[in-house]
Amino acid sequence: MAILEARNLNIALPTGDGMVHAARDVSFSVQPGEMFGIAGESGSGKSVLAQAILGLLPTAEVEGEIWFEGKNLLALGSRELQQLRGARIAMISQDPLSCLHPFYTIGSQITEAIHTHRRVGRAVARREAIDVLKRVGITSAAERFDHFPHQFSGGMRQRVMIAMAVVLNPALLIADEPTTALDVTVQAQIIKLLDDMRRELGTAVMMITHDLGLLSSVADHVMVMYAGNRMELGPAQAVLADPAHPYTVGLLASSPSNHEPGSELTPIIGQPPSLLARPDSCTFAPRCARVMPACRSRRPAERVFADGSRSLCWLEAKASALPVTRPAQQVAGRRDAVEHEDAVVRVRDIHLAFSSGGLLRPRQRTEVLKGISLELRRGRTLGIVGESGCGKSTLARVIAGLIPASSGTVEVQGKDISRLNPAEWHELRKTVQVVFQDPFGSLNPRRRVGSIIGDPFRIHRVAHGVARRQRVQALMEKVGLNPEHYNRFPSEFSGGQRQRIGIARALALNPSLIIYDEPVSALDVSIQAQVLNLIRSLQAELGLTYLFISHDLSVVRHVSDEIAVMNAGRIVELGDAEQVYSAPVHPYTQTLLAAARPLPSGASPRVGSEEMREGAT
Amino acid sequence: MIRFLASRLAFAAAVLLALSAFVFLLFFVAPGDPARLLTGEKATEAQVAQVRANLGLDRPIHEQYLTFLGRTMKGDLGFSYRNQQPVTRLIANRMPATISLGIGAILLWVGIGIPIGIMSARHPGSLRDRLGQGFILVGISFPTFVLGMASLYFLYFLPRQLGFTLFPGGGYKSFLSNPWIWAWHMVLPWTTLALASAAIYARLTRGEMLAVMGEDYIRTARAKGLSERKVVYKHGLRGILTPLTTQLGADIAAVLGGAIVTEQVYGLQGLGSLAVQAVGNQDRPIIIGVVLLAGLFIVVANIVVDLLYVLLDPRVR
Repeated sequence: MAILEARNLNIALPTGDGMVHAARDVSFSVQPGEMFGIAGESGSGKSVLAQAILGLLPTAEVEGEIWFEGKNLLALGSRELQQLRGARIAMISQDPLSCLHPFYTIGSQITEAIHTHRRVGRAVARREAIDVLKRVGITSAAERFDHFPHQFSGGMRQRVMIAMAVVLNPALLIADEPTTALDVTVQAQIIKLLDDMRRELGTAVMMITHDLGLLSSVADHVMVMYAGNRMELGPAQAVLADPAHPYTVGLLASSPSNHEPGSELTPIIGQPPSLLARPDSCTFAPRCARVMPACRSRRPAERVFADGSRSLCWLEAKASALPVTRPAQQVAGRRDAVEHEDAVVRVRDIHLAFSSGGLLRPRQRTEVLKGISLELRRGRTLGIVGESGCGKSTLARVIAGLIPASSGTVEVQGKDISRLNPAEWHELRKTVQVVFQDPFGSLNPRRRVGSIIGDPFRIHRVAHGVARRQRVQALMEKVGLNPEHYNRFPSEFSGGQRQRIGIARALALNPSLIIYDEPVSALDVSIQAQVLNLIRSLQAELGLTYLFISHDLSVVRHVSDEIAVMNAGRIVELGDAEQVYSAPVHPYTQTLLAAARPLPSGASPRVGSEEMREGAT
Repeated sequence: MIRFLASRLAFAAAVLLALSAFVFLLFFVAPGDPARLLTGEKATEAQVAQVRANLGLDRPIHEQYLTFLGRTMKGDLGFSYRNQQPVTRLIANRMPATISLGIGAILLWVGIGIPIGIMSARHPGSLRDRLGQGFILVGISFPTFVLGMASLYFLYFLPRQLGFTLFPGGGYKSFLSNPWIWAWHMVLPWTTLALASAAIYARLTRGEMLAVMGEDYIRTARAKGLSERKVVYKHGLRGILTPLTTQLGADIAAVLGGAIVTEQVYGLQGLGSLAVQAVGNQDRPIIIGVVLLAGLFIVVANIVVDLLYVLLDPRVR
């Protein structure tokens, strides 16, 4: 008997542009005590689904049935729903910082949930809250009861959220991207905690994530969503190791952790569709590698396979039978060729400290960088990995000359950047370019794309008028944008395309060094693979030197020749990418790798190689 | 905390000192001779000189300022040039009317504006929201004196023509002798002064509330199973207290400015009208006294807001 059963759910949300069909004919059931994974990229409708279950979408049109403990949730009144929320169905969501009320103590936020659903005294509620805080691993819980959310780290806040969710022992816990905002090492702990909690309390967990790999080790069943459709549903082993739907295969193939480092990734071509239309065809057809004529004319029927997985596809056999090509050794050759090259950037013993305080307060110095030395050699990529706050982005800014270092030197092409005269400084700005993380925030929304990309030409007075336009359009073509979109605004482009705009702008003046600061972390896996491929092919074509910063180990390993692991303002390990990855020396690197381990053996799709995974474990 | 308070107080003292010097200097360089003004057109030059010496106006400015500063420290603001009464007593006499007007108006605009803002924000786009927005538009569009004239016409003049008195048309009655009569006389001035601010507060509350209701922690509160009332008033309202406090601090400090017009319209003998008369008479001690009091008021209001901030937002503690 399933604890939650959704039957033929259709969800439509009214927006300024019209009705968005966020879920289309979605059915699934969650068994008591199981971990049910829902995977999909942004816009796939997975979070909307979660909120629809709790009745948190007042404006949405929801059709179908959601059965929970003998009641159809969609037919319940608001009072009855309130009684279920928190008590029988609890929810934790992505960002633990914004999900806790900043002005109330964490203890009072937990006891509030208790008091809402049960008549107990303050002392009892407090005791229970402290108990549950202890259970989720908050040390000295009695003391921390009276602390405010900002006094906790991200991982600890997520533990508090979990405590708040499980304190009333609900039958179902909906976890909406519970680890996306957290560092890798913390992610693993939170997943383990959720897994422990459901085993201990018998709570079924519905885990929503964009990261298929995350589900492989813990989920019992997995549902893959795309554009509001349930593409595939089945036992986790079956879906992840032997995916039936071409979309699932594509998702797994896009992830760098399933590839030989340095090889071409297999992205899913194109962009996710608009949800405004309800096409009478397969929604994935325009991007599908195995598209057939039938896919474009009729909506596929569901196919059930012997191992229990169901796929919304016209293919008769599982799509994973498709061999995925992995270009082999081209990497090694390229690496050998660039040995003994000169250094583009030499960083020697960089320190950076900020001081705070004022007239009447004692000055405090915070050291962000504590003695960093490294070299960037021409035509190669140095990857910097580390968790948030380790100083990796700050280091990038120092090297780009955007923040002066407190001590130490940065030499770009043999010149110390702190001793440049204005003319040389102007010249340096051509040599070093930065591509930023947020493709939405780093482009001025009121300027046309052509003029954004043309900025470097204008500022450095390189080209005017028709010549500038031609060069900009050539750049757009080079990064895979349609040159006819010269006059469009950034809002008309998707995240991946905007990142291409950023790369085009960086390429404009033929720089020798491009610094990528988390260039793909805001992008979906399938789009991320497209951008990573572009970044790599540009390097091969133009002989660029890269400094590549990311918190994602598999991404860094994929693009880098050398890897520097940063922790608390220091480089704890620096070496050849393969060596750092397969034989880490420093304990911190080992922790980082263990936490980010890709798919565990047994649950691996056929696109990955066995040797690589063994090397990682 | 104590260090924080001490630094704020030291800063406040510095601001007041600078203000006093500035005002003093301003009147010294301003044209016009108070001694001539006091003695009148027909007085002889010797008489004027005598008055000037009596007032101490013949001494160098820094000496005058230091004497003034010394007296002010002891709570003595000097004597009015006009009627030789102590400035402190004149101000004290005018305080009750202004304080009554100010406090009443503040309570009224907070009491009207915030609920209207919340009502609007709870159901954006609904009829109630549009009513709220209509109120905001009217309140913000009309200047205080137009609102004052309108309330005077509709609530005082029109009923009088029809033969009854709904509200009195002006004058200040002491709170201590009869609070009921006091409040009855204050209703029109309060409404006049508060309406525009109420609209501003409704708009601020609506905007802040709309933003807060979209926050993730509101979703968490709903997911906990809290009733909508609790979600709005406990979690939502708590989230907008900080911006409201900031605005209130600035407005309390500025209430004296708004009071000047309202006191004129309703013939209230308050600080605003005292200042207006003093400017007309070039009565420097009174002007300096009122300006210093207003400055003190602003400085204190700012300190109170800063302290409230610390109480309201655990993140700045």
